[in-house]
Amino acid sequence: MANIKRSPWLLHYDGSSCNGCDIEVLACLTPVYDAERFGVMNTGDPMQADILLITGGINSQNEATVKQLYDQMPRPKVVVAVGVCACTGGVFKDCYNILGGADTVIPVDIYVPGCAARPQAIIDGIVQAVDLFQKRSDEHDALVKEKKRKAKEGAARG
Amino acid sequence: MNWHSLIFIIVYILLAPFIGGLLDGMDRKISARMQRRVGPPLLQPFYDVAKLLKKQNIAVATSQTFLLLTYFVLMVVTGAMFFGGSDLLMCFFVMSTSAIFLYFAGVVTSSPYSTIGAQRELIQMMAYEPAVLLTCVGFYLAAGTFNVNEIASHDISYIAYLPGFFLSFVFILTIKMRKSPFDTSTSHHMHQELVKGLTTEMGARNLAIFQITEWYENVFLMGVIGLFIINSNPWSILATVLVILAVYFLEILIDNTSARMKWQKMLQLSWIITLFASGMNLIILMIRK
Amino acid sequence: MGVVPFLILFPMVMACIMFCIKSVKVRNALALCGAGVIIAAVAYFVGLWIARGAGVLTLYVETEMTDHIILAAEILLMCFVIYITFKHHRGWISLFSIVPTVLIAYFDLAGPKMVAGPHIYIDHLSVLMCMIIGLIGSMIIVYATGYMVGYHEHHTQLENRSPFFFALLFLFLGAMFGFVLSENLLWIDFFWEITSVCSFLLITYTKEDLAYTNAFRALWMNLLGGTFLAFGILYYGMIEGKMGMHDLVSSGVGGELVATLPVLFIAFAALTKAAQMPFSTWLLGAMIAPTPSSALLHSATMVKAGIYILFRLSPAMHGTTTGSMVAVVGGFTFIITSFMAIAQSDAKKVLALSTVSNLGLMTACAGMGTSQTIWAGVFLMVFHAISKSLLFQSVGATENVLHSRDIENMHGLLYIVPRLAAFQFIGIAGMFLAPFGMLISKWSALKASVDERDILMVIFICFGSATTSFYWSKWMGKIISASHLRETTYKDITKKSEFTSLMVHGILMIALCVLFPLLSQVYVMPLLGEMFADPKDVLPSYILYTLVFIILIVFLVPFLAYRYSKKTATNFKLSYMNGVNSGDNRKFYDYMGEEKTLWMSNYYFFRLVGIRKLMIPSQVFAAAVVVVMMCIIVGGVIL
Repeated sequence: MANIKRSPWLLHYDGSSCNGCDIEVLACLTPVYDAERFGVMNTGDPMQADILLITGGINSQNEATVKQLYDQMPRPKVVVAVGVCACTGGVFKDCYNILGGADTVIPVDIYVPGCAARPQAIIDGIVQAVDLFQKRSDEHDALVKEKKRKAKEGAARG
Repeated sequence: MNWHSLIFIIVYILLAPFIGGLLDGMDRKISARMQRRVGPPLLQPFYDVAKLLKKQNIAVATSQTFLLLTYFVLMVVTGAMFFGGSDLLMCFFVMSTSAIFLYFAGVVTSSPYSTIGAQRELIQMMAYEPAVLLTCVGFYLAAGTFNVNEIASHDISYIAYLPGFFLSFVFILTIKMRKSPFDTSTSHHMHQELVKGLTTEMGARNLAIFQITEWYENVFLMGVIGLFIINSNPWSILATVLVILAVYFLEILIDNTSARMKWQKMLQLSWIITLFASGMNLIILMIRK
Repeated sequence: MGVVPFLILFPMVMACIMFCIKSVKVRNALALCGAGVIIAAVAYFVGLWIARGAGVLTLYVETEMTDHIILAAEILLMCFVIYITFKHHRGWISLFSIVPTVLIAYFDLAGPKMVAGPHIYIDHLSVLMCMIIGLIGSMIIVYATGYMVGYHEHHTQLENRSPFFFALLFLFLGAMFGFVLSENLLWIDFFWEITSVCSFLLITYTKEDLAYTNAFRALWMNLLGGTFLAFGILYYGMIEGKMGMHDLVSSGVGGELVATLPVLFIAFAALTKAAQMPFSTWLLGAMIAPTPSSALLHSATMVKAGIYILFRLSPAMHGTTTGSMVAVVGGFTFIITSFMAIAQSDAKKVLALSTVSNLGLMTACAGMGTSQTIWAGVFLMVFHAISKSLLFQSVGATENVLHSRDIENMHGLLYIVPRLAAFQFIGIAGMFLAPFGMLISKWSALKASVDERDILMVIFICFGSATTSFYWSKWMGKIISASHLRETTYKDITKKSEFTSLMVHGILMIALCVLFPLLSQVYVMPLLGEMFADPKDVLPSYILYTLVFIILIVFLVPFLAYRYSKKTATNFKLSYMNGVNSGDNRKFYDYMGEEKTLWMSNYYFFRLVGIRKLMIPSQVFAAAVVVVMMCIIVGGVIL
């Protein structure tokens, strides 16, 4: 059960946000909040990311993009929706082009409310995401172990 | 080869990743402090690599892993040859071969960001190679041999003869370590036009291989810096360590205080500095000896 | 040693036969047989030479009759040059043929009697040259039998002059054998002129205007060299009364005044033949001819003739102003053409420029003239011959498949025509990657130039090797990149004969790479022993071990790494394009939602280092160096 929660790397995706939440996300990395204390890195590359941070709602243009970015991330991975728009669509919910929150296209694990979400809340969300990240890894390990054990038993039996 | 150099090789192979990782951790910590942040723990790079190794294997092209592994092994061989005390010029030849495998690992995916990053890496290689070769020439002129063991066991530190070479080597070290202002190929800092450059398509295990190789490489490069300082006096080891730390600190300082440079400027600057600093030193040495 | 005249005459007889046969099948079969006979003859020759002790053999002291035949042939050659130059309104070029030929004829018939000496001289260097010419040259002929068929299928507008082409290839080989085996300077001059005219005819193959322009450029430059060669020979003959190459070299060792001018003139001639600056343009222009002739000119024959002469002269050039001139011109050519090669995307042009560049390094090695540099030079020559020939052939075959020889079009070649791509890869690796011999030669050249305290050479080599690896690696990267989306599908139409030749080259390349420490001990050290009084042991034993080790690593590691990465389960992802990848790594959606094809290109820095920008200034510079230094040397002798 390797400890992987000390190194959560983020991919920050801006859906159709008003940029309020984006600024708060970046604020988390500034000296005042310094999310790097927890090993957080803002990678900007899905191949290297563990946590997908989405701000803003999903519209018909970025729907496929979000899906693709999510697919490109290696497992285990966690999705955090930051701000009310990413959670539900927010004030833009009824716009003709908005499909809704991030959970309309990909499974969202953590919802961080707020308009804009405060840095403290975002960091809190990330900390929860990190725990989930560790949990998923552990679950995967347990499954693999179980499978190996079964295979061994199967081999022993016949 | 004797048991003495064998021990050195084994120590290098076993310890280099730890030293490299610690240097990397120091880098991040000091950078954070320079930006008035607390920064990650010192062991953060190890946590990162452990996590990367733990994640699901991903790749864009089949041959990525194999090219990266070759890059890794050749870099380890480079360092082992260096610390085992063999031919300095040969070490650098093997190093450039391994760097070319890194280039291959970048372009093999044919993806836009990693291809551009890889090509810039190639330009960086072109920028630093003359200085590297000239450094070898400098040692050869001063010591009469390319053999690292013999160079290291001289009475006087070679920096006394080779200040110009030292200067240009420290300069190209910034390029070789892919630090700002010359981080054109991989962009260590987030959100740049290149995404992650050369490493864009490397995730999970591939990135871990890349990271560990970089540690080996840094230790090797710091070893070359140390070669300028070390001499037959045992106390020189202390001086060597101090100079290495000072140079490393200088790199961190440069990294944090300068903005990205265009490759044209980089090529121009590094070649001019190489020509002048190393060239002048070379002329003086050739006249003297 | 009746095999010596056989080696020279057999290809010439084959040339006549080739010229007369019109049927493609019969001609190809005969050409293959001819190539086989040449290889067998060379093998027999080498065997005989080893059986006789593998030392220096001198032959044919009395050759009255042959001398007259050669003179007659030389006059015939002159008539041909006069005819062809006046026919194409470039009569002035014939001057470079008339002057030396008339002088030589006059000298031969009415000049002082020469001290009798051997006409044929066999030692390690000439045997090595024979092996290169015999093996690589014959392989190129084998390749040509397949290639020319494909060439005319693809260039239907051109007149098929294959019989003529094959005749020239054989003639060329014959002349080259004669050239490297001759000891008598007049013979050397004769074979020299034949190769000049042969290369002219090969370049005119397509009969296009550009071909003629380039061919005449090659002709005048080479004939100019030939003129200087004749001057040097006659001057030496007048003063010393001897006509032996080795007499000249031994009288020139230590910078003796009597040999200064002949050595200078002959070295100048060699510079033109080896396509050094300012005469590099003829070799670049020669690219217009079909690939086998480029391969022949670049790897095994023509240019190597210049290098061979320089190697021969090198003991006499060591430490003299002539030597410095040759070294500076060579080093300058090495670096400046490697810059130009960066800006080229035409594969054949890159090859041409890299040939010139490598020849520059060899020339510089010869100019420095110590045993170490010649060691490096000999290995550069051997490796260059094989890998260049391999590269030209694989590029030629690729061109027949892709109908383009642009490196940009070779993106993902490994997945389109894997066989050819693999050969290209081996060839390029041979040019610059550890552990192939080119690299160790560079190592040795660098070491030697430091030992010689030649600061300019040190800087040339350091910067030149950086640019060299730049253009080669970007080409290699192109070959292995994942393929672009292509409209058409390609079929590998490489003929069996082409493939055989490529295979032989590939095997030779790798065998050489593995065996080359052995080759150094067994062959090259004795070679140096013949040329220098006390050759230094260039390859210390620890380097030898390191090399063997690196060779093992470089071949083994990719193999093991490949096996390992094959075994582990990997999840394949789309490449990162900001998430707008359209389900395939080769296409993406633009901002309007339309699908666009991705196309990746290399850097070329055309405006910075293009031929157009650099060629003329560097020619001017090199010409100035050559003229000024020649004036200094000539003035020093006269005054």
